[in-house]
Amino acid sequence: MAEVDVSYALSEDQELIRNTARQFLEERIGLERVRELMMSDDGFDRGLWKEMADLGWPGLAISEEHGGAGLGPVEMSVLLEEMGRLVTPGPFFASAVLATTAIQQAADSDSQARLLTSLASGEIIATLAVFESPRGWRILPTVTFAERSGKGWKLNGEKRAVLDGHLADVLLVVADTREGVGLFGVDVNATGVGIAHESTLDATRRQATVTLDGVELEDTDRLDEGDTSAALRRTLLVATAALAAEQVGGAQQCMEMAVDYAKTRYQFGRPIGSYQAIKHRCANMLMEVEHAKSTAYHAARVTDEADELEVAAPLAGSICSEAYVWVAGENIQIHGGIGFTWEHDAHLYLKRAKASSLLLGSPRHQRDMMGQALGI
Amino acid sequence: MSEGDRRIEELVAELLAEHPPDSTPDVEFWRAQYDKGLAWAWHPEGFGGLGLSRKHQTRIDQLLVAGGASTENRYLNLLGIAMGAGVLDAHATDEQKRRWLRPMFTTEEIWCQLFSEPGAGSDVAGLATRAVKDGDEWVVNGQKVWTTLAHIAKWGMIVTRTDPDAPKHQGITYFIVDMEAQGVEVRPLYQITGEAEFNEVFFNDVRVPDENRIDAVGAGWRVALTTLMNERVAIGGASTPRGSGYIGQAVDVWRETGEDDPVLRDELLHLWAEAEAARLTSIRANQMASAGIPGPEGSTGKLAWANLNKEITAFTVDLLGLDGTLYPEGYELSRPERGGLHEPAKAFLRTRANSIEGGTSEIMLNILGERVLGLPGEPRVDKDLPWAEVPRG
Repeated sequence: MAEVDVSYALSEDQELIRNTARQFLEERIGLERVRELMMSDDGFDRGLWKEMADLGWPGLAISEEHGGAGLGPVEMSVLLEEMGRLVTPGPFFASAVLATTAIQQAADSDSQARLLTSLASGEIIATLAVFESPRGWRILPTVTFAERSGKGWKLNGEKRAVLDGHLADVLLVVADTREGVGLFGVDVNATGVGIAHESTLDATRRQATVTLDGVELEDTDRLDEGDTSAALRRTLLVATAALAAEQVGGAQQCMEMAVDYAKTRYQFGRPIGSYQAIKHRCANMLMEVEHAKSTAYHAARVTDEADELEVAAPLAGSICSEAYVWVAGENIQIHGGIGFTWEHDAHLYLKRAKASSLLLGSPRHQRDMMGQALGI
Repeated sequence: MSEGDRRIEELVAELLAEHPPDSTPDVEFWRAQYDKGLAWAWHPEGFGGLGLSRKHQTRIDQLLVAGGASTENRYLNLLGIAMGAGVLDAHATDEQKRRWLRPMFTTEEIWCQLFSEPGAGSDVAGLATRAVKDGDEWVVNGQKVWTTLAHIAKWGMIVTRTDPDAPKHQGITYFIVDMEAQGVEVRPLYQITGEAEFNEVFFNDVRVPDENRIDAVGAGWRVALTTLMNERVAIGGASTPRGSGYIGQAVDVWRETGEDDPVLRDELLHLWAEAEAARLTSIRANQMASAGIPGPEGSTGKLAWANLNKEITAFTVDLLGLDGTLYPEGYELSRPERGGLHEPAKAFLRTRANSIEGGTSEIMLNILGERVLGLPGEPRVDKDLPWAEVPRG
C-alpha cells in the first residue's frame, strides 16, 4: 500500500475555526453549564443547538449546494477537538458527524437533497441506528429487517446504543432487506417506533434503545439503492476518525489539568510535580497525547484516500481511545483524593473517554479491522 | 519554487555532472559536495553550506540519492556529521571550522564523543576527567566510557574538568582531542550482545594544544548541551518508511511462523499501531520544525522508540518460541559490522541500550516534564557546591 503524504500545519482559516470554537465553547458552555446539562432530563439545550447552528457548525462538512459550509474533515476535526476539550454535551457528533456522513456516503441524490439542507441548518437532528448487540460492531443486521409492504416498506427490529436517539427527529435505520443492507429514514413519531432513553456511563452523551415494531414507511424513506454495506462501512471509518479528534481534545485537556495541578499542589514542602514519580507520569501523558494527535490528524487528512483510511481510521480509533482512557485515569490519580470527588471535573473526562472507546468499536476491534487492512 | 530551492537544484545538477557518482570515488565526491556548500545547507558559505535552512539539506540529500550519489558518510561518520558539525557551527572559530569540517564530512577523519565516565552517566556534568593548563597546552588525565567509534576515530569531542573549585557546571572546558596522540588508550567494551560497539578510553598525560579548545575556558557545559541536543535529534528524529525496522521484522516472523493465535495477533497489531503512531509523530515533528513551528511532538521520539524497540524485539523472541532461546552468532567478542537489523535474539539484547544511550529514558522524562511541561525541578544538593566537595560514590 502506497504511503500518503499529508501536511499537518493548519491554514489561517482552520486556525480561525479553532479560535472561534474555543471562545464560543468556553464562553457559552464551560464546565459548569456542562454539569447542568449533564444532570438535566435531556442532557441538552435547544437554545445552545440554535447558537451552534447560527455558527454554521452542523453544516460545516455539508456541501454549499445543500446549504452547508462545504468544508472538509480537517476543519471538522479541528472543531471536534475543541468540543472534546470541554466534553461538550448534545447531539453534534450523532447528527453532524454520524448521521450526516451516513447520508453523504450512502444516500441517493434525492434523499441527500431532502435531508442535508435541514441538517445543515440545524432544523432537524438525526442519528444513526446501526448496532444491535453489545460487542457486535457490525453493519449487517441480525435482528432488524425491512420487508416490502405495498409500495413501501415495513420495519421490525431493535437497535442499541443509538446516540442521542431521544433527541433525534429522524432515525437513520440500517436494516436487512434480504437483498442487501438498506438505510431507512424513520420519523421518530411514526407508529411502532419506541425510543427508550438509557441512563449512560457518560451523561454528557446520551443513548437510546430503539424498537421498531411493524413501522410502515413510504418507498422514498428508503434512502439508498442496492446493498449499501460498503458505504456504511466507510461511514464508520470517517466517524471513527472524527471521534479520534474529539478524543484528542479531551486527552489534551486532562493532561493540562494534571500538569497545572502538579505545579500548584504542595506536599512534603514542595510542588508534587517536582517529584519524579509525578513528573514522569505527566511526561508519559504528554507522549501518549502527542502520539494520539499524530494518528488523529493523519486520519482526518486521508479521509478521501479510500485504501489509506482503512488503516488510518482504526489506527486512530485504537490509539486515541486507549490514550484518552489512560490519560483521564492518570489525571484522577495525580489529583489524588480531590480527583475522585463529584465536584471535581476529572470524572467527566474519564466517563467520556471510556464510553467513547466503545461507541464505534473497542480498541481491540479497531486493531482487528486494521490488521485485516494490513493483511496481518 | 523559492530562490533557495532553485539554487540547490542547480548546484546539485552541477555536482552530479562534474563528478558522476558511478565513476567518482565517494571521498572525492564528498569533497566536491562540501566545496559547493551542499554538506550542511544551513552553514555559512565557505563552511560546507549556503546560508539556507535544514529543510534545504533534506531536499539536497533527496536529489543526491535520486542522482545515484552516496550519502553513506552520514552513517560512517555519524557522530561527526550529526553532532560535531553542529558544535563547530555554533561554538568554533572560523579557523577551527576550516580545519575540521571538510575532512569530517568526507569521512577522511572520523569523530567520536567523549562524555560519559564510569562515575558520570546521567550526571554528565559531574565528570572527573581533568585538564590542567601547561603553557600553550592542556594536560588531560582520566577515563571515558561508552565511546562509539573511538577505535577508528581521529578526533574526539571531550568534556574535561578544568576548575574543580567551581560549581560543577561552571568548571568544565570542551576540547577536540587527537585520538592518535601519545597517552590515549582505547579498549573495546564487551557488551551483553557479545559485540563491542563501544569503547573505554583512557587518557594518561595527553597533551592537547589550546587551539583545540572550543569556546571559552569554563564554558564547556554550554557546548556539551549543544552536542546532546544534536544527539537526541539524530536518534529520535529520523523518518522511516511505514512498517520498517523491528516492527517489520516482527510482522515477517509472524508470517514465517504461520502463527494465528488471536492473542498474539492482537499484541502484534498493538505494537504495530504504537510504532506507527510514533513514526507519524516523527514525521509531524519534522514537518512542524521545518515550518518553524516546533512543538512538544519533537521531544518524544527518542523516548518512544527506546520503549517500543524493547517491547517489539521481546515480542518477536516470544513469537519464535523455543527458537527464540538460540543465539546463533555466539558471544565471542567481535566488532560490529554495518548491516540491517540484528536477528531477533540479538536485537532483544541490543535494544536494552536504547533506553540508556544518548540520555536514559528517566532523564528524557525529566526533560519532557521540566522543559516541555514546565514542571519544577528536583531540589539539587550539588548545584552550588564546588565540584570537589560534591559527595560521590
